[in-house]
Amino acid sequence: MKNPQEILEILKAQFPNLEFQLDASLPVETFIIADAMAINKISNFLAENEELLFDSLMNLSGVDDANGTKVKDEEGNETINGGTLSVYYHLYSTKIGHKITVRVSTARENPEVESVENVWKTANWHEREAFDMFGIKFLNHSDLRRILMPYDWEAGYPLRKDYKNPEFYQGMKVTY
Amino acid sequence: MGLLDKEFTDGNIVIAKADDLLNWARLSSLWQLSFGLACCAIEMMATSASHYDFDRFGVMPRPTPRQADVIIISGTVTLKMATRIKRLYEQMPDPKYIISMGSCSNCGGPYWEHGYHVLKGVDRIIPVDVYVPGCPPRPEALLEGLLKLQEKIRNESLVKKTA
Repeated sequence: MKNPQEILEILKAQFPNLEFQLDASLPVETFIIADAMAINKISNFLAENEELLFDSLMNLSGVDDANGTKVKDEEGNETINGGTLSVYYHLYSTKIGHKITVRVSTARENPEVESVENVWKTANWHEREAFDMFGIKFLNHSDLRRILMPYDWEAGYPLRKDYKNPEFYQGMKVTY
Repeated sequence: MGLLDKEFTDGNIVIAKADDLLNWARLSSLWQLSFGLACCAIEMMATSASHYDFDRFGVMPRPTPRQADVIIISGTVTLKMATRIKRLYEQMPDPKYIISMGSCSNCGGPYWEHGYHVLKGVDRIIPVDVYVPGCPPRPEALLEGLLKLQEKIRNESLVKKTA
């Protein structure tokens, strides 16, 4: 059993060139902030290392941090410029019984995160959902299509904070 | 006395108007498309099961739209599903009827404001005959809806289209 602090030390020792941070300021599980472009090898290490053995990806979810500048146009529609989108990985080791949460952040304008599908197969659909809802592109994903919304949905990514629902979809009125 | 008395020797004859006969046949054997969408479908299945026994009204599920008379829209109609529902409806032969079951398919239900993915009422794509309110409606409510549909069919006419 390792606590987040110990896991952070192991990661820092393994990847001296990468930056890691521990965030314990929120009243939720303590989480490690990692680099979005190195998450694949970090995940691989978390899954394979004898002391960690995180063999289960319990959940992978996208989050719109909404920390950019909010801009209002003439019609009163609000859009967010800049800031970040995040991906959270909730890991669990069935062999050791410990947990860790990892967060990576990426720029809102061109959100790209490495896929961890080759580490945990379950990430495939989770990443498709994060792509569907937030537009986060997962590099090296085998099949990055929308999973819940229709394939021809062109109105954007519904769970982004500045999302506007379209008036019509395929001739059907969408608004109430 | 009458013409029929002389024509047929046994008395095993019932005389009815063509309208009444056809309506009676239609309303007594409403085959439903076995098709469920969400939690309302669970109630619909409960209605089909032995306790409420949909079959005593002649309702039984058919797995193909080509043999179905009624489609019960039992649940949330997402935009992705809406196009499929429209196609299923178009594949059903006339005369065909639609029961909209539950708040979601009536008007969007709890998704009316923030449901970016929900069609706010199935009547935006297909013509609904009976709306059954509830979230989800109890089997009794669905049976009431079916009786309302039967009432509607009973008053149909071959000459004058009412549905």
